[in-house]
Amino acid sequence: MLEIKNLSKNFGGFTALSDILLNVEPGERLGLIGPNGSGKTTLINCISGLIQDYQGEVYFNGENLNSLVAHKRARRGISRSFQIPKPFTSMTVRQNLLIPLEYAVRADDLQGISIEEQADKIIDNLDLNEKSNQLTSGLTQIEMRKLELARAMAVKPKVLISDEAMAGLSSSEVDDILKILITLNETTRITIIMIEHIMRAVMSFSERVICLDAGRIIANGTPDEVIITPAVEKAYLGE
Amino acid sequence: MSRNRFYIIIGALLVLSYLATHFVDNQYYFFAGFAILQLMVMALAWNILGGYVGYVNFGSAAFFGLGAYSAIVALNLFDASLFAQIITGGCFAALIGFGTGYLTLRLRGVYFAIATLALLVVSETLIVNWEFVGGAAGTYVLPKKNPTILGVLVVGKQNALFDNYKELLFFLMCLIALATIIICSLVENSKLGRGLAALRDSEEAAESMGVPTLRLKLFATTLSASIMGVTGGIFPYYMTFIDPLSAFNLDISVNALAMPLIGGTATWLGPVLGAVVLGTLQQIATVTISSEVNLLIVGLFLVAFVIFAPSGFLGLIEKYWKRGD
Amino acid sequence: MFSAELFLNAIVIGILLGGFYAALSIGLSISFGLLDIVNIAHPAFIILGAFVCFIFNSHYGFDPILIGIIFAPAFYVLGTLIYRIYYESFEKTGAEDLRGLAFFFGVMFIIEVILIMSFGVDFQMVQADYIDFKATFGVVDIPFRMFVPFVIAMIMTFGLQYFSSRTFFGRAMQAVAQDTLALRLMAIDPARIKRIAFGLSLATCSIAGALLVIVIPIEPSVGRLYIGQVFAIVVLGGLGSQSGTLIAAMLLGLVESMITTFFGPSWSPAVAFGALILVLAFKPTGILGRVGDTRG
Repeated sequence: MLEIKNLSKNFGGFTALSDILLNVEPGERLGLIGPNGSGKTTLINCISGLIQDYQGEVYFNGENLNSLVAHKRARRGISRSFQIPKPFTSMTVRQNLLIPLEYAVRADDLQGISIEEQADKIIDNLDLNEKSNQLTSGLTQIEMRKLELARAMAVKPKVLISDEAMAGLSSSEVDDILKILITLNETTRITIIMIEHIMRAVMSFSERVICLDAGRIIANGTPDEVIITPAVEKAYLGE
Repeated sequence: MSRNRFYIIIGALLVLSYLATHFVDNQYYFFAGFAILQLMVMALAWNILGGYVGYVNFGSAAFFGLGAYSAIVALNLFDASLFAQIITGGCFAALIGFGTGYLTLRLRGVYFAIATLALLVVSETLIVNWEFVGGAAGTYVLPKKNPTILGVLVVGKQNALFDNYKELLFFLMCLIALATIIICSLVENSKLGRGLAALRDSEEAAESMGVPTLRLKLFATTLSASIMGVTGGIFPYYMTFIDPLSAFNLDISVNALAMPLIGGTATWLGPVLGAVVLGTLQQIATVTISSEVNLLIVGLFLVAFVIFAPSGFLGLIEKYWKRGD
Repeated sequence: MFSAELFLNAIVIGILLGGFYAALSIGLSISFGLLDIVNIAHPAFIILGAFVCFIFNSHYGFDPILIGIIFAPAFYVLGTLIYRIYYESFEKTGAEDLRGLAFFFGVMFIIEVILIMSFGVDFQMVQADYIDFKATFGVVDIPFRMFVPFVIAMIMTFGLQYFSSRTFFGRAMQAVAQDTLALRLMAIDPARIKRIAFGLSLATCSIAGALLVIVIPIEPSVGRLYIGQVFAIVVLGGLGSQSGTLIAAMLLGLVESMITTFFGPSWSPAVAFGALILVLAFKPTGILGRVGDTRG
């Protein structure tokens, strides 16, 4: 479904990604781990299209996305949340969701349900009902994270990439988000790529895990396989 | 307010402005009124890009001046009517706005701002060196005597719609101002307006959520520029004389920027408030003290509001309203 | 109408002009280039310095450059004050893109009007023995009213260059643009560095103002003419690069001198800005700039 071929990206002298090869299957739950600076967010930016001047190709359902700018990729069904939340601060929670529903979702995909109803459904799923009509400045940390995910879900994507959605959350809050993502994948068969540092979340969520280090993929397998790979240990803990 | 009530009020204001030209004799009111309305339209136009999108335009005077001078070119080449001049001004400024946007909107907002300043200086220099439109010395415009539309005498001493050109142009300016308010209101309440707000709040998030940010930015820039060009287009006929110094004056830019920031950038009401309050203050100051003081007033208000009241008059009003609850 | 003599003199003037432009822009290469503060009022502060210089020169007869140096500390203090306001009102809240820009725009007008109300719109000049002196080498004239500012400008530029690369504070200044986190880890407060740096940028305006009033007669709105030059130079030279600023200033001085000599002075305002538009459209990182700075 999502094919990444020989993806490389340099920033001046710094190599962020080097020859990345990756295939993601429809409905898959993929975990993406790696130390800070290993290129995870750069990889997402290349996939989602915020970065367009990379080398290599990104294919989605057979179509080469390279010439497509980010909003067009969103319309094709690729959606992502942001590591540092970027809410639309002049709008309420609900209005935040209406933006992708109005702009990214094709009319046929709405299946006759109004965008307001769709937004309310997502808000309900994420238990944000109380704050639905509040401006984003009144949200707590975890509510912000939920909003990021809700907004990404409002794109009605085929692939959802969550970028460290759980950073800084308490243990029970992590469980909350985990449950939401797993349920989403199980009910709608949306492919979910989860970038996380919280290992227990990645391990329990992912069917497959990929580890990046210094811009290269150093491990690719089931969670149990990856966690005992020496290269992964080295990347995180040093020699 | 409901859409219907909104349009009824606009319509009533338009009728009122026409009646004013009939019943008010003191020409000074039309002069001051025109000046304030011009400020208002420029402020509304600036706010489309500045308030709705968050991109600063320092070169409003460029679009204004280019509008004025393209009207002059149309006049010199084709003996264009007032109406044609205004349209030309709007279209040419739109073209330049689109071009500038296309070249620089992919960069950070700061660079767009600097580029608009560059546009202002380059435009002024080009016009100063172009003899066809009078160069640095400027050029005169002679309004047509006894113009008619569909057989009706528009301007004349007897049985005409207007007694003189100043009154006609005042009325036209009212029309332009009200039309601009309608345009702004339509934008605000549309899918386009929501997209612009998202883009202003977080360009990256908006783009990732399907909002075609470059396209929207280009649209806002072009619309803003074209309205400024229309305002410029009417200027030569009104002043009957135009030169690069007055058409490309940086003062035009600072007023267009200051009034929305002082009045409030969220909706069309902000620029209107800013223009009415500040414009009136400026008129009073010019008459009672000097015209330099105008700029001081604008500068001080701008700095004060930007530091202490970032949401402008609208924000202050909202705050005190809420406190009353 | 091309003659070797004209050409040679145009080059000499171009170089001298370039040096002078470098002095005008060096402060902005700190505030905009390093600190990312779009101080569009920078030329207005230079005019302020120029008028301060004029007062003390015409009333007490002090040497203009001396006045510029003496008042540099006062301008420094003013700079730190203004940065404090800017930081509290805009940088902290992330509003610098719109309101921060507007703030400096407003400050620019306030300065200009206060100067108009104090001095009127007449052109003012300073007096010093060397200003009217002209050295001649064969067919080439070197007017001292441009040569002396050139020398001072070079001293300033290389002085600041040395300061930035060799002293601890100078390097901290470079670092604050690139890695604020690293600075914090070294227990250096980035805000303090920025405050001092901005003060420095304004201090250069005092000296640059003195140079300006030596080169040309001034009146309050003259600042507007230079906005284009200084921003074009800083962007062309690449943000944060002092040597880039110098090179760009030289280039601009040369091109402007050529155009003025062979096409007339009425075209020269467009040169800087025209170059700027082209650079922004096609190579926004400038000649020696950092990558990734200009993308939206």
